[in-house]
Amino acid sequence: MTISKLVLIELWKRKSQLISGLLAITLGIAVIVAIQSVSVVSEQNVARNLDNLGANILVLPQGASIDDYYTSDIDAPTLPMDYVERILTSTISGVDNMSPKLTRRVKVGEQSVVLTGILPKSEIASKPLWQSSGLTGIEIKAACAPGQTANQSHGMEDEKLKRKAIDTLNSNDCIAGSQVAKRLNLSAKKPISILGKEFNVVKILPETGTVDDDRIFANLKDVQRLLGIENQVSAIEIMGCCNAISDGLLSKLRNILPDTRVTTIGQIVSTQIETNQLMKKVTLVMLIIIFFVGGISIGNFIWANVNERKREIGILRMMGAERRTIYKMFLLKALILGIAGGILGFLLGTLAGVILGPYLAGIIVEPVYIYLLWSILLSVAISLAGSLVPTYLAAKFDPHSNLQED
Amino acid sequence: MILQGENIVKQYQHDRGIINALDHVSFTVNNGDFVTVTGPSGSGKSTLLLSLFGLIRLTSGNIIFEGHRIDNISDRKLTDIRKKSVGYILQSFALIPYLTTLQNVMVPLMLEKISGKEQVKRAAEILDYIGLSDRMEHLPRELSAGQQQRVAIARSIVHKPRLIMADEPTGNLDPALSLEILEFLKKINQENKITIIMVTHSPVAAGYGTMKLHLNEGKIVIGNS
Repeated sequence: MTISKLVLIELWKRKSQLISGLLAITLGIAVIVAIQSVSVVSEQNVARNLDNLGANILVLPQGASIDDYYTSDIDAPTLPMDYVERILTSTISGVDNMSPKLTRRVKVGEQSVVLTGILPKSEIASKPLWQSSGLTGIEIKAACAPGQTANQSHGMEDEKLKRKAIDTLNSNDCIAGSQVAKRLNLSAKKPISILGKEFNVVKILPETGTVDDDRIFANLKDVQRLLGIENQVSAIEIMGCCNAISDGLLSKLRNILPDTRVTTIGQIVSTQIETNQLMKKVTLVMLIIIFFVGGISIGNFIWANVNERKREIGILRMMGAERRTIYKMFLLKALILGIAGGILGFLLGTLAGVILGPYLAGIIVEPVYIYLLWSILLSVAISLAGSLVPTYLAAKFDPHSNLQED
Repeated sequence: MILQGENIVKQYQHDRGIINALDHVSFTVNNGDFVTVTGPSGSGKSTLLLSLFGLIRLTSGNIIFEGHRIDNISDRKLTDIRKKSVGYILQSFALIPYLTTLQNVMVPLMLEKISGKEQVKRAAEILDYIGLSDRMEHLPRELSAGQQQRVAIARSIVHKPRLIMADEPTGNLDPALSLEILEFLKKINQENKITIIMVTHSPVAAGYGTMKLHLNEGKIVIGNS
């Protein structure tokens, strides 16, 4: 027999006490695991959704509004094309792709259309609908998933993240949105004259329900030349990593582009960032509560156990058990409770997340196995911290006075 | 000589002043003695027993065990001496309730970090010696009072101590069982040459002593003081 075996026998023979001792810490760990499991999947979902939206950050000239960007007025302000280079050469991380654009409303025949110059090699062939029209190019890999693994987030790969960049838009080629194609009666491989220059329509985009439907896209250099505003763009659309946006990507961009307006596209970004941050705060608060409640609960349990076993401690000390043997007995018990609480808490929390995730957050939650390790470490830390004082007092017990209770 | 006490004093601070639990007690115990310590309640018998190996620290006086002073050594060294050289038997048996008979007897060997196999072998041998080999897997609550005290005796001798300290070992037993236990102690004393110091109220038990100390108000009134 060893002290470890003695502890295991004692735990096994007093199962009901073991269960009550484990309850608080197990439930505490379970709550944290459940919240974390749901919030992690939620963040991944949002990251994926944001990526599917395409660009999520707009860099506009100072004084320009988003309306200017959409309406593309003739005198809308512009910003230097060099700003793209400035971002590229900076140390800012989380910028997955940039597409500078120059947009202007122009007349084609009697019709008013928005001509948009795009940089083929870096332009996101946005949005899955563009891809479905058969545009080809280099895949742009979104790196929003945790761990910066392209297109992978705990095995939930989203094919839509594999966007394609247009690199086949030649100098005289253009792409037409669905609405403008209807209005101008355009079709693929048909020529169109814009501001006196002949373009070949290489593709008619399917209907996207966005401003793209009313636009004609051509090579940025050609458009700059045609409009007479070379090296200037109306905006830089940036595909920023969602997590990087949370970590202050916008401010970093503002720092290196001081005379611009950097904004996110859509409320969804800020709303979700707030939600993610709220979840993190809730988890932190829960962690603090669990640490104290769990620690006190375990401490109370160990203290009750120490009192119940005063005579046993006394006889062990009388027979020659050193103080460290008493420490070992109770801290080992706390360690076992911590490990068991961590494992059970992980299982319970994961189960709760898997079952309740679809109902509460509308998402499918899968087990995050690394949380098993964290659960055990946290639970053991709480358990040991809570047991230190009662164990110290147990080792300090005077064996003689404990035996005199006989 | 295995144990010697010289001018042992133990004082307790009390509301009504200082109480002398042991008042200049001196004695000498030889190897193989069966010492009985008698006296009325509060005479200092148990205090003497517990103070000999540091479970109660003395106010003054010397204790010499096998030629070495032990009253002024560290707790750790005293703990080590108790672990290796002393066995304790208490009135209430003090068995660990969730351990079986065999496991209870193995506890002193466990504290000495003796291997598991050796622990089982030696504990089984001792249980056989005291006639409880058929109760090895029983819990204390499944044993009679006499059997429990026999387990406590087995536990006190399993690590082959030089001395057994017994505090009222028959106090909770009926006369027949008391005699049985006393006979066991006598057998252990004679066959194994283990010195026994036994505190008792019982004149019958006191009759087993080869050396008798009688305490009154913390002083030895009969004995080798």
